[in-house]
Amino acid sequence: MNLWARFRGGVHPDARKTTAQCATQPLPRPERVVLPLRQHIGAPCQPLVKKGDEVALGQPIGDVDAPVSAPVHASVSGKVVAVEPRLTPGGRTEQAVVIEAAPEDVPWEGLPEGLGWDLDPESLDPAFIRDRVRQAGLVGMGGAGFPAAVKLTPRPGSEPDVVILNGAECEPAITSDHRLMLEQPEQVVLGLRLFMRACGARRGVIGVEANKPDAAAKLSQLVAGDPALSVEVLPVRYPQGAEKMLVWALLRRAVPVGGIPLDVGVVVQNVATAAAAAVALAEGRPLTHRIVTVSGRVASPGNWRVPLGTSFVDLMQAAGGLTGALARVIAGGPMMGIAQPDLDVPVIKTTGSVILLGPEDLHETPAGPCIRCGRCVTACPMGLLPAQLCDAAMASDWARAERFHVRACMECGSCSYVCPARRPLVQSIRLAKSELGRRARGGRG
Amino acid sequence: MAKTESGELLVASSPHLWAGVSTSQIMRDVLIALAPAALGAVYFFGWRAALVIALSMGAAALTEWGCMRLMGKPSTLGDGSALVTGLLLALTLPPASPVWLPVLGAAFAIAVVKVAFGGLGHNFVNPALAARAFLLAAFPAAMTTWTSPFDAVTTATPLAVLPTPFAPDVLAGPLPSYRDLFLGTVGGSLGETSALLLLIGAVYLLVKRVIDWRIPVGFLGTLALLSWALGGQAGLFTGDPLYHLLAGGAILGAFFMATDYVTGPITPQGRWIFAVGCGLITVLIRLYGGYPEGVLFAILLMNVVTPLIDRFIVPAPFGGVKGRA
Repeated sequence: MNLWARFRGGVHPDARKTTAQCATQPLPRPERVVLPLRQHIGAPCQPLVKKGDEVALGQPIGDVDAPVSAPVHASVSGKVVAVEPRLTPGGRTEQAVVIEAAPEDVPWEGLPEGLGWDLDPESLDPAFIRDRVRQAGLVGMGGAGFPAAVKLTPRPGSEPDVVILNGAECEPAITSDHRLMLEQPEQVVLGLRLFMRACGARRGVIGVEANKPDAAAKLSQLVAGDPALSVEVLPVRYPQGAEKMLVWALLRRAVPVGGIPLDVGVVVQNVATAAAAAVALAEGRPLTHRIVTVSGRVASPGNWRVPLGTSFVDLMQAAGGLTGALARVIAGGPMMGIAQPDLDVPVIKTTGSVILLGPEDLHETPAGPCIRCGRCVTACPMGLLPAQLCDAAMASDWARAERFHVRACMECGSCSYVCPARRPLVQSIRLAKSELGRRARGGRG
Repeated sequence: MAKTESGELLVASSPHLWAGVSTSQIMRDVLIALAPAALGAVYFFGWRAALVIALSMGAAALTEWGCMRLMGKPSTLGDGSALVTGLLLALTLPPASPVWLPVLGAAFAIAVVKVAFGGLGHNFVNPALAARAFLLAAFPAAMTTWTSPFDAVTTATPLAVLPTPFAPDVLAGPLPSYRDLFLGTVGGSLGETSALLLLIGAVYLLVKRVIDWRIPVGFLGTLALLSWALGGQAGLFTGDPLYHLLAGGAILGAFFMATDYVTGPITPQGRWIFAVGCGLITVLIRLYGGYPEGVLFAILLMNVVTPLIDRFIVPAPFGGVKGRA
């Protein structure tokens, strides 16, 4: 393990990776899928199909001509039964294509030709790779959902020299990336080479937290003998998988507040995104499936390979059903995941995990007064003062919040996690950030 | 939309996990850490010490309960902070205190210093220390009648017998040995006598990361350095830093009072400033001031400076701000 690969702050939540040894299983084919037309950061797609259309597996059903966007593809063959607003796991209601599955999946005949698994990334044109990555609808599958092709496009003045694949999976309870690295390591490594070629980087690093030694070993074997590639084992500490922490831990390069890794010559992609890129180039298949960890109060937690658009209800049933009362459904990890108001929401490109919690798992106690213990200050990986930010936000003093660098917060939640008084620290910071954002937008007009 | 069979889902903003260390657990840890010194006080000074401790803690709890009741607010006794204040105050009192002294002090600490300013988290000085300062000003005789351990004979405290640059020839009595100071077999207030017992509790708090190591290190480091440099009779760097560390309230103050979260800075940088300031003021008072002991006023003064420190110490965020390098 690279003991120097550390960042300041952070916390050690109990890992709860109980599904780490659960091999990925195929999900029983859902009867219908709901595919939101925005599963990424950026412009929403326009529907390319209408109610009544027959669609084939992998057929684009939504796209838009915008610089930051990613197309959406049919994850099953079937018939479009609705194009309507639906609740998404991001908490918003988005336009979505609802497809009733046909008895069998037939791949769309318009799919681009695959280059085969023995393809040589160095022989490909970088723009061709980026175009295929965009066509395949790839977005950051670790949770952020930023369109992958955009990140790979070099900007004048900042040429990336390193591609980092994020295999930290620092959130408790999630094992989908772990299983992916273990079960499809060749895809991950090929994806890394494709990304390096696409953006012109000469070095590739895969960062894996030390609690996945088997995955790190597999990947290390594959990159052995290639001096351009390496696998770094990182200490287990949340939020190790946050982009800025990862870049610092691996390369000692600090991404400035308001900046992106490209500002320091780095492109960071999730391991699942890399594997999906390899599939897109080698087989021509777009992103229609992903691995999802289902854990919590279900009879048999595990990992499933799921068509996008599958309802959380289907996942819950595949995992053997609930074992008790259900009080909270989380899309994502317990530290940053989003609590769902309803179980009937679809898996989207960024959904790596669904956690079903019972009332006994929640620690809802009323907030007490801040005792100024400074635990939030110690825990904050961005070096902020969450207690002060919370104070400012509660007083609606947005100027003070800005003075305390509220915009630098990446909302990892470490502060609220450690707060002995249960103060809504990251929650009030979110409020301040959204209020400042609203004002900035309003101020423009 | 399909509702779940179990009914309502609770939606809340992440994180959905909690480390599980609560305010009351922290207060409990402080009480545990003070237990060796408190038991030591009873061992050294007998049942009078036990009575002072019980009265002080009881009065603190009762005052907080009464204040909350008067204001029609839910009781805050559960957080345990009133008991910590009561115990800390007791440890700063003389063993021969009349019974009303700890009661009055604890009531003042809670009602005036803590609750009147908004309760836990809002008081601007440490309630126990402020109460001790109040008692010292109002009842100097009762507060400075020291007895020696075991035989309860009136005695001087180790710092009072130490000559200072201003009164170099006044040796008010024989100096106790380091060993006596370390074990606690000297005169003094209940809890400040035995460095050993205090350090046992301090180690517990440091290991459990309840207190920030910077504060005792900065405080005692400054105290040692300056008392060595300035505290001697034979010129610079002839002082006795070990004596200054072990005698008086330096250890109790540095580990248990300056580390009070509420009245100290919240940033690591601010805590260094706070700690060094405590050490500096302690030395100034001990060597050049009218009181033999300076820890009390040093911490109180730095408590008052804390909001200023927190106002000006705003660390740069990780990575710096783009375009401002």
